[in-house]
Amino acid sequence: MNKTGAISVTTRGDREIVVTRAFDAPGARAWEAMTTPALIRRWLFLPEGWTMTKCEEDIRVGGSFLWEWAGPDGARAMTLSGVYREVVPGARLSRSEVFDIVGPGRMPEQISTVEFVEQGGKTIVRVTILFPSKEARDGMLASGMEQGMGAGYDRLAAMLAE
Amino acid sequence: MVLDRSPSLDRVFHALAHPARRAILRRLTEHEQNLSELAAPLKMSFPAASKHVRVLERAKLVRRRVVGRAHVCRIEGEPLAKASDFLESYRKVWDEAFRRLDDVLEEMKTRDESRSRGA
Repeated sequence: MNKTGAISVTTRGDREIVVTRAFDAPGARAWEAMTTPALIRRWLFLPEGWTMTKCEEDIRVGGSFLWEWAGPDGARAMTLSGVYREVVPGARLSRSEVFDIVGPGRMPEQISTVEFVEQGGKTIVRVTILFPSKEARDGMLASGMEQGMGAGYDRLAAMLAE
Repeated sequence: MVLDRSPSLDRVFHALAHPARRAILRRLTEHEQNLSELAAPLKMSFPAASKHVRVLERAKLVRRRVVGRAHVCRIEGEPLAKASDFLESYRKVWDEAFRRLDDVLEEMKTRDESRSRGA
């Protein structure tokens, strides 16, 4: 997992998703890239055809953040917003997050924690997202899914073995 | 990340949430079996096993056909394959973002180096 570029995405318990990734950069630089609006805009995931219309960060305990996207047809829009609960520059941040999507409405609140561990000039970033319920967690996983994937009994077997 | 509502996936997750139903599916990955064969090792009554199979049928994970008096069950792979693809597609979303982040970090490195040379 310490190999730069390799990503690990796993579920932990019923309500968490854990994403781990090593970056070829010291902790301070990784922190800056992940918390500065002008830099966040350059790498953050963006659904095809969507644009990021707002990226605001007030990184201090009690400070808020707001990310806003607009869909390709102009009618669809989505925000992710919340409040910082813990801020240790270069090491750790934790915040509440709520997705609000025009149409389906507000999703239940989730808590995201990002940890930065520097080792020999590289940094391991671990993102842990805690959902209010198993259903909310599984729903989020489902939302990242594309349709029409082939059947595979090998992965099925691995899943059933749990 | 566009959020879909997917009732069929909700049913898959509900079906997988019970250990007896996972046990039934595991057994069915070996070969098709009738309800009595499924119920016995689970120490379950025929009606109880039938109820679990009904949940699996609703999720389209199992198909049941009646042959004489036997209810023969077989596994249907596709909904499960979709469910197990969840993590993979979620992983892809993060992977693409983090590859872009690699490029941003590389540029920042150049910036930091030229700054320190200037200082």
